[in-house]
Amino acid sequence: MKAMNIVNAINDALDIKLKEDKNIVVYGEDAGFEGGVFRVTEGLQKKYGAERVFDSPLAESGIAGTAVGMAVAGLRPVIEMQFCGFIYPAFNQIISHITRYHNRSRGRYRMPIVIRLPYGGGINALEHHSESMEAIFAHIPGLKVVVPSTPHDAKGLLISAIESDDPVLFLEPKRIYRAIKQEVSEEKFSVPIGKAKVLSQGTDVTVVAYGAMIREVQKAMVMAKEAGYSVELIDLRTIYPLDKETITASVKKTGRIIFVGEEPRSFGVGSEIMALANEEAFLHLEAPPKRVAAFDVIVPYPRGEHHYMITPEKIFYEIERTVKF
Amino acid sequence: MFDQFDPADDKMLQVIDNNGKVIDKERMPQLSDDELLKLYRDMLFVRTLDFMIVSYQRQGRVYTYPPNYGQEAIGVAAGAVMRHDDWLVPAFRELGAYLAKGVTMKEIFMFNMGFEDGMRFTEANHVLPFSVPIASQLLHAAGIGYAVKYQKKDEVTIAFVGDGGTSEGDFHEALNFAGVWKVPVIFVVQNNQYAISVPVKMQTASLNMAIKSKAYGIQGLKVDGNDIFAMVAAFRYAHEYARREQQAVLIEAVTYRKGAHTTSDDPTKYRTTEEEKEWDRKDPLRRMKLFLEKKKLWSDAEEERITEEYKKEIDRQFMETEQSVKYPLEDAFRYMYAEMPQDLRDQQIEHEKFLQWKNGRK
Ligand SMILES: Cc1ncc(C[n+]2csc(CCOP(=O)(O)OP(=O)(O)O)c2C)c(N)n1
Ligand SMILES: [Mg+2]
Repeated sequence: MKAMNIVNAINDALDIKLKEDKNIVVYGEDAGFEGGVFRVTEGLQKKYGAERVFDSPLAESGIAGTAVGMAVAGLRPVIEMQFCGFIYPAFNQIISHITRYHNRSRGRYRMPIVIRLPYGGGINALEHHSESMEAIFAHIPGLKVVVPSTPHDAKGLLISAIESDDPVLFLEPKRIYRAIKQEVSEEKFSVPIGKAKVLSQGTDVTVVAYGAMIREVQKAMVMAKEAGYSVELIDLRTIYPLDKETITASVKKTGRIIFVGEEPRSFGVGSEIMALANEEAFLHLEAPPKRVAAFDVIVPYPRGEHHYMITPEKIFYEIERTVKF
Repeated sequence: MFDQFDPADDKMLQVIDNNGKVIDKERMPQLSDDELLKLYRDMLFVRTLDFMIVSYQRQGRVYTYPPNYGQEAIGVAAGAVMRHDDWLVPAFRELGAYLAKGVTMKEIFMFNMGFEDGMRFTEANHVLPFSVPIASQLLHAAGIGYAVKYQKKDEVTIAFVGDGGTSEGDFHEALNFAGVWKVPVIFVVQNNQYAISVPVKMQTASLNMAIKSKAYGIQGLKVDGNDIFAMVAAFRYAHEYARREQQAVLIEAVTYRKGAHTTSDDPTKYRTTEEEKEWDRKDPLRRMKLFLEKKKLWSDAEEERITEEYKKEIDRQFMETEQSVKYPLEDAFRYMYAEMPQDLRDQQIEHEKFLQWKNGRK
């Protein structure tokens, strides 16, 4: 066991897989020599050589498109998009090819590609550095979308993602990259894709969240406990494929559900969770399912971001309204 | 000029050497003493402002900032050549050009303090907002070029991008469009040798950046971007050509980012001090200063005096900006649409109810 933050844990997972499998290559803007602007791939080029861990030209479509070719020819690329806001030049390759090749070739060509994507707000950044647009990607047939909230899960989920023969969008909550340290096994282990985790058992209301929002919910839960509300917290961990069983079982037990996310509220991951609650647990509901998510606006610049970010107070407020409904 | 500086021969336009001596008399732009002094003062102002913003960043008074240090000549030269109606399409490292076009210091401060209001550019004519998604703005420039040509207007567009930006598909699409439609746009690649940590040799195997023009059927020119006179000469020539011939031009300005990529970057991780020292000799202000001193137009004493003056004025305006800015909740909503959807209005009202509840608890 070793104390790791999320950055260390991702680095460790990459290290383990690079050592184990010669077909893995890691690349992206600044990802080679410098080890990425967040230092996630630090030291890997030195260890595995510039042929396997390298700086790509500044071109996201190029990064994703070459990954398709590499995958077709037998490699397993792990590519980095520098920030959430800069994945869009690659969107064409993702939606037109990465997510379609397997189906298009009737299973002949697999796409074992991992796209690492630092995402989310709360870091006082310039425009395009704070978005949380996972719903756009979860909406694409053919893509798996995962998002860890702890160092342990970051390592285990990334190992699963790299070993998956399907393309995986691996979201990294950059706000908590270095915020949490946890004892993590230095051995290889995996956390399965598609399995949510119940972080706390409760009886009054189910809260579903992921990524950096987990910590905000946990702060709200301290307030909820004082007020006498028992909250069941589910860390989604995988957005697609959604762990319907875990969520449904929980809602049936508590009768109430709140989704907490930093994404724009409309047509989001939260909307899917609400639909699930209605479809699978309608007769168990004692209050309307509720989304606590961002406004449908562009993430404001740093000095306005506090209006946008979901706070523990706001989560508590909605917990109280839902329980008292 | 384009013939004599064929990018295929890797020739570079240079007017003064590293000691401020004129080495190409023929191409030395016509400039009065006052114009010479203005160019130097503008560069000095940009450098002073740039240093001050970096120090404000260290004091936690502004957020992440991309320094212009070492690249001042390029923006200042563009600013000196642009007319009121010409269009400026920025990347984010061209302070001299923004100021010349009428962007105010307070707006730049506001932007760096984390307010969208800093990008209103209220007093500036035809200046687009800064572009964070690398190279995407070049297509906007090509589109502006198309529109002004269609409208038969006499307006030239100058658009900026970095060396790293030339790898994006948008760079190629923009130059291709501009070549096909023959639009009066000057694309400027500030080749400062790095894209964050990645050296330019990892971006392209081309002989230089200017040569990329050939693939799109437009003219290209490689210029010493640390030579203010070469930059003015190049911009004057390209501007005249773009207007007269209704054609696009690609200018590569060879320079060096002496500072960090942004205030969150540490260049010692990826480059050597020897390399930095070598570029110190080519510093654009140093070279022009040596030129002016030979002409007895400038002195250290003058430089010191005026730098102090600039610092005072910059600081005064910075503090005024700090005191005047605010970010009410509605500012996150009001500019999303020309006609705000009711649902968005409801989201704001709902949030205000929460804020009332929150304030009531305290
Ligand atoms: C589309 C896109 N991808 C990545 C980034 C992140 N990024 C910001 S600046 C930069 C390097 C830019 O290098 P260059 O074009 O040479 O301009 P310079 O910063 O040197 O002026 C990168 C990769 C971005 N802003 N936009
Ligand atoms: Mg550069």
